[in-house]
Amino acid sequence: MVDQDINKKLDTVQMMVNMGPQHPSTHGVFRMVLAVDGERIVDVEPHIGYLHRGSEKLCEGEIYVQIVTLFDRLDYLSNLNNEMVFCRAVEKLMELEIPERAEYIRVILCELNRVASHLLFIGTFGLDVGAMTPSMYMFRDREKIQSMFEAVTGARMMHNYIRIGGIKNDVPDDFIHRMKSLIVELKKGLEEADKLLSFNEIFLARTKNIGTMSAKMAIEYGVSGPSLRASGVPIDIRKDHPYSIYDRFDFGIPIGEIGDCWDRYYVRLEEVRQSISIMEQALYQLPDGDTITPTRFLLRPPKGEVYVRGENPRGEIGVYMISDGTDKPYRVKVRPPSFCNLMTIKDLLIDTYVADAVVILGSLDIVLGEVDR
Amino acid sequence: MSLIIDVGMRVSLILGLLTGLSVVVLSLVWVERKFLGRIQMRMGPMVVGPYGLLQPVADAIKLVAKEDLLSPWVDRIVYWIAPLAVFIPSFMIWVTIPISRDIVIRNMDMGLFYIIAFSVLSIVGLVAAGWASSNKYAVLGGFRAAAQLISYEIPLIMAVLGVAMLAQSLNLQEIVNQQDTYVYALVQPLGLLIFFIAGLAEIGRTPFDIHPAESEVVGGPFVEYSGAHWSIFFLAEYINTFAVAALTVLMFLGGWLLPGLSGGAITTVGVLVFFAKTYLVILIIFWFRGTFPRLRIDQLMSFGWKMLVPLSFLNIILTGCYMFYGWPAWLMSIISVTILASVFWLVSKRMNNTKKEYTVHIYKPESLEVKNAG
Amino acid sequence: MAEKDKAEEAIEPINRLDAKSIALQAMLPGIVSDFKVTINTAFDLVVVAVEPEEIKQICLLLRDNDETAFDYLLLLCVVDYEDYLQVVYHIYSTSLKHTLVVKTNVSPEEPSLESVTPVWKGADWYEREAHDLFGVSFNAHPSLSPLLLYEGFEGFPGRRNYEMPEYKEW
Repeated sequence: MVDQDINKKLDTVQMMVNMGPQHPSTHGVFRMVLAVDGERIVDVEPHIGYLHRGSEKLCEGEIYVQIVTLFDRLDYLSNLNNEMVFCRAVEKLMELEIPERAEYIRVILCELNRVASHLLFIGTFGLDVGAMTPSMYMFRDREKIQSMFEAVTGARMMHNYIRIGGIKNDVPDDFIHRMKSLIVELKKGLEEADKLLSFNEIFLARTKNIGTMSAKMAIEYGVSGPSLRASGVPIDIRKDHPYSIYDRFDFGIPIGEIGDCWDRYYVRLEEVRQSISIMEQALYQLPDGDTITPTRFLLRPPKGEVYVRGENPRGEIGVYMISDGTDKPYRVKVRPPSFCNLMTIKDLLIDTYVADAVVILGSLDIVLGEVDR
Repeated sequence: MSLIIDVGMRVSLILGLLTGLSVVVLSLVWVERKFLGRIQMRMGPMVVGPYGLLQPVADAIKLVAKEDLLSPWVDRIVYWIAPLAVFIPSFMIWVTIPISRDIVIRNMDMGLFYIIAFSVLSIVGLVAAGWASSNKYAVLGGFRAAAQLISYEIPLIMAVLGVAMLAQSLNLQEIVNQQDTYVYALVQPLGLLIFFIAGLAEIGRTPFDIHPAESEVVGGPFVEYSGAHWSIFFLAEYINTFAVAALTVLMFLGGWLLPGLSGGAITTVGVLVFFAKTYLVILIIFWFRGTFPRLRIDQLMSFGWKMLVPLSFLNIILTGCYMFYGWPAWLMSIISVTILASVFWLVSKRMNNTKKEYTVHIYKPESLEVKNAG
Repeated sequence: MAEKDKAEEAIEPINRLDAKSIALQAMLPGIVSDFKVTINTAFDLVVVAVEPEEIKQICLLLRDNDETAFDYLLLLCVVDYEDYLQVVYHIYSTSLKHTLVVKTNVSPEEPSLESVTPVWKGADWYEREAHDLFGVSFNAHPSLSPLLLYEGFEGFPGRRNYEMPEYKEW
């Protein structure tokens, strides 16, 4: 890409650029110290931890019911997926049976959450590349999803809706009707973004063959989710190790070819389509019945340890929970997908341009609340 | 006594021009925000005044009233001079831009030359601003600005040269008057396109807003400026936008001329025609801003040197042949349009190819198994 | 009452292994026969407890062996059991799709362990995090500079005996 020999002959001076924690494109409080030679990045030193709240330590002091709210605050763009994975961990240890209806509503809302998260990604990725209109379109559509969440869970972001044993309350009466019209609008909005951005010549020039992550590298680093699938590795926990009721739906895994920024972008865009298809099927199959298996307020799961995996919008989330038989967990450890995805940043950035750094970081789609926990 | 009157005249002219340009800039800000808002399915400013008409005024008051922050590490003299070094050239070129047949401050025979000579000067201001801010983003932005502006100066001048050859004059009024039978956009569509693209790069607007790129270098050379000093840069940027649109109109779209408009009406109605045409061009510039992502600096350079510069030379050669052999004008337009069409065809063909190439596969494990079993 | 307690103790540890884990459990002793390991189960996963000195060799072996092919590190985690620290590795095979838990115990006084970054690059930040929060030092790690905490932070906040500084409102 860059002719290094020329630079060696010239006596160039490296400059350290401190990107973040207050930079508009680091998506939170992430800091990179870039050593640049002109516009070319020679070395990168990522710094995280500005948002470290000790969530995992906090979990040790809370009873199980309270921990759900802590998981809300890990990845603040996919709250419901986070809640679900923790509730599943406890349910798995206690071997609780979840009512059918609760499972379906969980899946519908989680997929809706995934759509919201990916829409936000598409919008902010557009901003990173310099296009401002996609973000407006996507925020408009995401706003509709947020009001849907508000109608169902009572909150726009920190829902605390998925509870151990089921869900907090049943959905409103007009839920199916509203969801159907929402899905129609989402499809329309997504096509608009697709037409506006995906195959724009400048957008292709900015993202194609930039930040290429090979499948081998992705697996070595433990990259997961759309970023891994963009490299051509078809791993999706919903397919490989189906949890909840995901084995009942017909959906595909979008996989990219070479794992560049454009692939990572388009895999996410395609995933929105798949999620919409899952939601449609789930709405069609939605049964009647209870929404929660009653449990005690002070849960005491049996002694033991459990590792539960789930597919978050950002990648594979895992919860390793050790119970000592009391009402508080002995240890909770989260496998944060953004954390592993962000680890690759050093290898991806070296020998690219400063302008690419923003695009590559944006294409990894990180949430710092989850990286730092 | 006559000297005092003379000086008074000049000062009032300058002040009048300044006021007029400020009003234009305020209107541009409003138009941009409204237009972008409509593109993005928003309302745009609606609160201050009817349809938010007073919003730019409120913004201006806010900017002037704002504290002018000064980092202790800046190189003070250069730091204060830089906004002026950007603003004054952009202001000076308006001295010779006519807005109607007889309305111009000073009509110069070397008008185009003067405009180009002055517009290049603003590079100095941008680099100085970047350097004096003692901020690394500003330095990066300043260097980007220098590289970008210098390399797009060449196609810009070459496109202007084609027009000058056709009109046999550098006088802007003369150039417009020459277009009374047909506008030069018909004879020089290639020149128009080159001038417009290079002009966009000169004023640093999307898709060439590389030196102030907010998501990369956080505003580039302007990152340390605030309050009134920042607003001078802002003013200069919009005056330049207006100037590029006005020059496009004057050189290619017939300025204040309109079929059916003749006699004394040209002076008065011509102003309206000129402004209408200019605002249309400006709307196109804003439309680009709402649609395109941003190029990277190396892509911008390769586009400039590998595409625009050869095309602009080709345009000059064509114009030269046209002048020398006395071809009819329609032949010139046909050749120019053919070149343009072939370039478009090549680009769109490449785009369609990439569209076919770039896709994402949907992997369905079950269906694969079913297929294998069948 | 006493009988009931006895009955509870008699119950086997919960075993919910699926087919892949059962196959893995059957296969493992043959593969790691050179090392001193104990193979156990925890809920639905197979657990291999190993000696801290051998951790890197075992991980390399598990990664490179074609039958196990654990090429993907899911999670590296430290659990503080007061009298010892347990380092837990959840590893996964992207080709064979099975999961294994590797555990090793280190002393809380001067916990030190061989780094597994040469085996899985993804262990890098996990080990730095473990070093921050639990004070486990990983030998041959490229750089164990603080990741989540700031430079010069005193103590290991992840451990159970860490005394939280009193929070005062003011």
